[in-house]
Amino acid sequence: MGRRDIDYQEVHIGHAMPIALVDCNNFYVSCERVFDPKLEGRPVVVLSNNDGCAVARSGEVKALGVKMAEPWFKMEKLAKQHGIIALSSNYTLYGDMSARVMSILSTFSPKQEVYSIDECFLDLSGFDPQSLVAYGQTIRKTIKQHVGIPVCVGIAGTKTLAKLANHCAKKRYAGKDGVCDFGRYSATQISKLFATIPVGDIWGVGRKISEKLIGMNIETVEDLRTANSSRMRQQFSIVLERTIKELNGISCIELDEADTPRQQIMVSRSFGQEVSNFDDLSESIAYFANSAAEKLRKDESVASGVCVFIQTNPFKGKSPQYHRSVVIPMGEPTGDTVKLVNVAIHGLTAIYRGGFSYKKSGVLLMGLQPKEAIQTSLFDDFAKQDKSNKLMSVMDSINRRMGKGSMTIAASGTKQRWAMRRDSKSPNYTTDWNELPTAT
Amino acid sequence: MPYSLYKKIIAPAIGKTLVLTPLFAHKIEAGFPSPADDYIEGRLSLDEHLIQHRDATFFVRAKGNSMVGAGIYDGDLLVVDRSLTPSSGDIVIAVLDAELTVKRLIKRDGMVILKPENPDFKEIVLKDGQELQVWGVVTSTTKKFI
Repeated sequence: MGRRDIDYQEVHIGHAMPIALVDCNNFYVSCERVFDPKLEGRPVVVLSNNDGCAVARSGEVKALGVKMAEPWFKMEKLAKQHGIIALSSNYTLYGDMSARVMSILSTFSPKQEVYSIDECFLDLSGFDPQSLVAYGQTIRKTIKQHVGIPVCVGIAGTKTLAKLANHCAKKRYAGKDGVCDFGRYSATQISKLFATIPVGDIWGVGRKISEKLIGMNIETVEDLRTANSSRMRQQFSIVLERTIKELNGISCIELDEADTPRQQIMVSRSFGQEVSNFDDLSESIAYFANSAAEKLRKDESVASGVCVFIQTNPFKGKSPQYHRSVVIPMGEPTGDTVKLVNVAIHGLTAIYRGGFSYKKSGVLLMGLQPKEAIQTSLFDDFAKQDKSNKLMSVMDSINRRMGKGSMTIAASGTKQRWAMRRDSKSPNYTTDWNELPTAT
Repeated sequence: MPYSLYKKIIAPAIGKTLVLTPLFAHKIEAGFPSPADDYIEGRLSLDEHLIQHRDATFFVRAKGNSMVGAGIYDGDLLVVDRSLTPSSGDIVIAVLDAELTVKRLIKRDGMVILKPENPDFKEIVLKDGQELQVWGVVTSTTKKFI
């Protein structure tokens, strides 16, 4: 038996320190349905604004075989056939609904880790193990009633298992009525259950790793759970070894109680010398966007919108005054400097007017959310990208963009995108006095 | 407070013009006035006054005049608390034919009725087996004159 360095059979994977993972079902679609009951029971897909790919699918759409990230043009035929309703993403709405959900969830445990816009971990240690399922149901009912969002709850002894329990609840592999507590199952039952779940469904096992694992005949969760973890570390990484331990109920990933993340990041300066030409102004905006993006990534957050503003000197009463700001929603929340700088420059082109002496400019990153998947952050190569390299490449791209011809193209491009977005974006039901839901 | 005093001071004021006053920290009692009476506790907040459950409260705009009898007019701003369990007599936002509607909820003899507060509108009686989906309970309405 020396092959295995974890005595997995002895480990009860239920709850030494139970953790719950609460995950909203089809979150973006659910947000839309709260305010537009017509969408209930109908196939609804939310598309990313920039490239028109599915970022959320209702159960009905999933049943039709539409995959995540599938571009709209590919499903258009299917959409016509089945009356799929396509909506542009409304991150303002989702952000507010997420804040409400997370705030209510925080009342269910002294320790909460908000993991993404639509899911969080709750520490349930100290709770009566017998009552965890009922507690999960209370959580579910409360969120559904108070905010209107359906959620599923997975409960287990480690974060990886809690994720898996949630997956089981959602897919109805195990548990009941959207709540699955692995602690309710015997070791034998767990083994049987895990043997039916593909290895790729495990949190932290990406497509590439799962392909490689399948090549080694490790096809199910159970196969991986009982695999030789030190051999796995050699062949893959310490991350996978950790995953195996977590699958065996050994907690390796701490609950990370993030400090309340900032709501927005502002970088702005008054110029020593007033500037009037576009190039100088855009340079400042690019610089501010860049440093704001740096702060953003340091917080491990992503921004859903960028606000750009420019103003003349209000204390120079006699000179012509001009101040404008514009908010550009990001298609998808991002922490990518290049994207943020580009968007900021787009914004500037929209509000810039010649013939004024500008005293101040700034960039405000809004709708900050914790960066979604740990998987991506683990394998992301942000670290590789040298800061100055990045800034240089950004500056290069701006210089390219600022050529006379490209300027008009960029500006008109923005307009077209805006026009497309407006078509099917829902109102900002909860954040704009002029867009409130109505009741007859 | 004795009832005679209540009748004399408080009761006549009920239903009269709303007067906004600063909130004082000190109770009025016989004896020396406290110097703390001069101390104002902080501005009153309408949010605090109108909203009990921040995360579960949504604003909804009233459309039409089906509820004028309850003081809800077209364009009024409804404060809706979803965390409250609706009981008979509450004004609720309900989902009816996939639309949001504001009506008074009446439960009588096993029947569920959505009652408009305007004689020009008909009562909506839910049929057997038809389940009423209450979206939230209306806790107040505000209206702006300017």
